[in-house]
Amino acid sequence: MTLSKIWVLAEAEDGEVSSTTLELLTKARDLADTVECVYAGDDADDLAEALGEYGCETVHQTGDLDGALVGVPTAAAIAAAVDDGDGPDAFLCGTSYDGRDIAARLSVKLDRTVITNVVDIELDGDSLVGTEPVFGGATNVKTKFAGEGPYIVLVRPKSFAAEPSDGDEADVEDLDVPDLGSSAGATVTERHVEESDGPKLDEAALVVSGGRGLGESEKFEMVESLAKALGGAAGASRAIVDAGWVPYSYQVGQTGKVVKPDVYIACGISGATQHLVGMKGSKHIIAINKDDQAPIFGVADLGIVGDVHKVMPQLIEALENR
Amino acid sequence: MPVMNVVVCVKQIPDPADPGALDPETRTLKRDVKLILDESDSYGVEMALQLVDAAGEGEVTLVSMAPNDERSGLATALAMGASEATLITDETLLGSDALTTAKLLAAAIGERSPDLVIAGSESSDGYTGTVPEQIAAVMDLPSVTAAKSITVDGDSVSIERQTNAGHDDVTCPMPCVVSVTAGVVEPRYPSFKGIMAAKSKPVDVKSAADLGFSADQVGWAGSGQEIVDVADAPQREAGEVIEDDGEAFGRIVAFLEELKVI
Repeated sequence: MTLSKIWVLAEAEDGEVSSTTLELLTKARDLADTVECVYAGDDADDLAEALGEYGCETVHQTGDLDGALVGVPTAAAIAAAVDDGDGPDAFLCGTSYDGRDIAARLSVKLDRTVITNVVDIELDGDSLVGTEPVFGGATNVKTKFAGEGPYIVLVRPKSFAAEPSDGDEADVEDLDVPDLGSSAGATVTERHVEESDGPKLDEAALVVSGGRGLGESEKFEMVESLAKALGGAAGASRAIVDAGWVPYSYQVGQTGKVVKPDVYIACGISGATQHLVGMKGSKHIIAINKDDQAPIFGVADLGIVGDVHKVMPQLIEALENR
Repeated sequence: MPVMNVVVCVKQIPDPADPGALDPETRTLKRDVKLILDESDSYGVEMALQLVDAAGEGEVTLVSMAPNDERSGLATALAMGASEATLITDETLLGSDALTTAKLLAAAIGERSPDLVIAGSESSDGYTGTVPEQIAAVMDLPSVTAAKSITVDGDSVSIERQTNAGHDDVTCPMPCVVSVTAGVVEPRYPSFKGIMAAKSKPVDVKSAADLGFSADQVGWAGSGQEIVDVADAPQREAGEVIEDDGEAFGRIVAFLEELKVI
């Protein structure tokens, strides 16, 4: 038994459909007869071919939102469609800033719960069951929606492998945004893009991350140098992001980015559960830490009990001399 | 000087250093450990205190929900400088989902008619991350999530909002709900004087019924979800762990060669 219709939140980065969107479309094809998308914006035509290739038949776009933060208008538009009987049985959203806003707003509009931090979704009769890892992934909790849909699910990035279905270009239809009343008003006045060299953290085949064990913010240079020497991206634990050593965009973990590179090198990171959840899907893990009891060694293929200030410079030099 | 009244939502959680476990009977977090103020919420408390200081007049009040009359985390936030708190506590709250939690918090916040509601972006134990936006939706207010900074500008707030690519400058009319990222400000440590003063600050205790909710609307009964399975996740096997003898970097080089990275 499958659901009749699922809507997936379509998000774009630099004009391309986000990888999370494609992952969700792939999963949605297993769960429902019809898979469609919701898009906050007026340029869905540019995404329709890529979305169609992954099984989306129709993209419902809100149109130009005039700079509004997308959560309020998009949720209101989806809720209006549900009220008119045109809505989906389930709405799948990636765990992104906007995805969380839309799912949370929608849950109140429809008076339906949201199941969050999901890494797997199964059908159970005409309901859905989401799997959520807790305690740093040591325990999996399966949660089923009680009562009627639409079911709202927030899914963690990289939970599913994206596979095209060779579908035709999706149709684009307008999704009316109703009057927003007193909830309107949050407006983006300017966007700032932080330029970074090298591969993106969540797409890189190799990631080198640094944590509190580096001792001081200046030492993060070692992480950048090692990442550069190996053609990878630099990441960080929440502890040093909170301490202001590096920007939030570096953060790997439950909060921050989920990474699944071929190789992950953790330097001076003890492996708090919040960090492990974001990186333990990596194919190979190397850890350097001075505490032999650090939890990071529990997931490492190669663990070095040692001082990052000694091991990292030696490693960087050896790589640069090759 | 304008008056600035800010409500901060705070969560009291098990110490992350000792996170406890799920109780297999009730399928909720075992809360027999001492709860502390979620560190993510200390940033919101600090931000609120600074905004009220800048306004010159007004106060920071707290709203929290806990099933067992827990107050130690509230005491920390009161000691930082918040003037009073509402604690929603009631046996029937156990098992409430995020949506129900937001409805209860919104009801308590509404009684205080604040200019601004501040919350952390997500708790450090549950990481659901939907409650601030749900509170805003219940109260029919605008909201800005993932704020890196907040500045009050007349009747509106200017916010730097975290994005995947960098950040956005956002303006939002007040009253509104803002969730802040960790690290937005450096939370102050409560002073001895603050800790002593906190003991006499009022904590207004409310039950679900006080806020107009019936027992079947909250807790497990009112939840739109049920836990159907709790199981150990398959674990990664630990590999080789070696002591650095001055040559361990060579092992990393060899491993990277084996993986054909270099």
